[in-house]
Amino acid sequence: MLEADNLECVRGERRLFAGLGFKLEAGELLYLQGRNGSGKTSLLRILIGLLPPEAGEIRWNGEPIKRLADEFRADLCYLGHLNAIKEELTPLENLLAAARLADEEISEDDAIDALEQVGLAGREDLACKYLSQGQKRRVALARLVKEKRPLWILDEPFVALDVAAVDWLAGIISGHLQRGGMAVMTTHQLVNIPAGTVRELRLG
Amino acid sequence: MFKIITAVIGRDLKLAMRRQADIVSALFFFVIVVSLFPLGVGPEPDLLRKLAPGVLWVAALLATMLSLPRLFADDHRDGTLEQLALAPHPLGLVVTGKVIAHWLVSGLPLALIAPVLGIQFDLSADALVVLTVAILIGTPALSGIGAIGAALTLGLRGGGVLLSLLVLPLYIPVLIFGAGAVDATVTGLGGEGHLSLLAALTFAALGFAPWASAAALKIALE
Repeated sequence: MLEADNLECVRGERRLFAGLGFKLEAGELLYLQGRNGSGKTSLLRILIGLLPPEAGEIRWNGEPIKRLADEFRADLCYLGHLNAIKEELTPLENLLAAARLADEEISEDDAIDALEQVGLAGREDLACKYLSQGQKRRVALARLVKEKRPLWILDEPFVALDVAAVDWLAGIISGHLQRGGMAVMTTHQLVNIPAGTVRELRLG
Repeated sequence: MFKIITAVIGRDLKLAMRRQADIVSALFFFVIVVSLFPLGVGPEPDLLRKLAPGVLWVAALLATMLSLPRLFADDHRDGTLEQLALAPHPLGLVVTGKVIAHWLVSGLPLALIAPVLGIQFDLSADALVVLTVAILIGTPALSGIGAIGAALTLGLRGGGVLLSLLVLPLYIPVLIFGAGAVDATVTGLGGEGHLSLLAALTFAALGFAPWASAAALKIALE
């Protein structure tokens, strides 16, 4: 269970939001909405613990994430604006390196399977700098295929994807919710997620 | 704990192998700067022997500086630094891995080529051995201290110059003991004392620097 309590965020001189709170149970999805600059990404960065909130607290299973530190991060999967892939490495190497750094066991077959699912079959061994923007995004999203950590925080996951990929990603997210996972995501395009309880939070 | 360090080292080494130009250019910089001195000063063996330790060490410091700005900048730009910070391990361990990888691709090649360059300065065999050992055990401290500077200047415009201003003064102890070890050997005093102080500096830097860098990186990521 993820709880946010009375959060306040100030960037520069501006207060983006204050007194913000929500509760997210297993199998629930939280859609963050709001115009540009309303603090969606800031809220996500507060939730993952990279940005300390001005006031308030986040609790994971009842414990403040500040105290949990590594334990919380072991349950967390974050996908940001940036793809976090290395241009010099191949999609396969990127996937395996990311898994190793996150302390997850993933076999090479699993990784190849994940890349096939995102439509990169046959490009596993091509350095990522030769891929298109959308394909790079798919490499980043391939991490989610075998992802078993319960909390997913996704920042604009549907950006740069074609229609088929959007449907595929919606399927992956609903599969995650069905297994009892949780997800928080920001998006400008409302995508229908077929499973789980969808809740919305509007900022600004 | 060692798993994350080796994972980071493995990834960084693989990246370095794909971008060999970076390693080679820092190494060539070192070779050229050191080789300019005998040409500029003239072929006087006594003078060259006296200059050798200082020249080699200053060139090693500058060559290390060349690769420092990219230590965290690439990871920061493509978002991997965020993922590293979110790995279920203390960020200090991740930085330790990055510092070791940096040393393997910047410090170690310098140490391996230094004896060859030392011949140009008419150094004796003893002095060449001490020079190699000194650079071998001194350069990890350079990578460690440099990581603090690289983390502090991450994301700043013109960070490269600021980084040099910040880091080079902190390199002075390493320079003094590193050059001193070779100097002492040349004059027949024995460089062991200097070498143990150099090793102490390296251990202190490797123990402390990753955590200081991690704190600076967290601020840069906010």
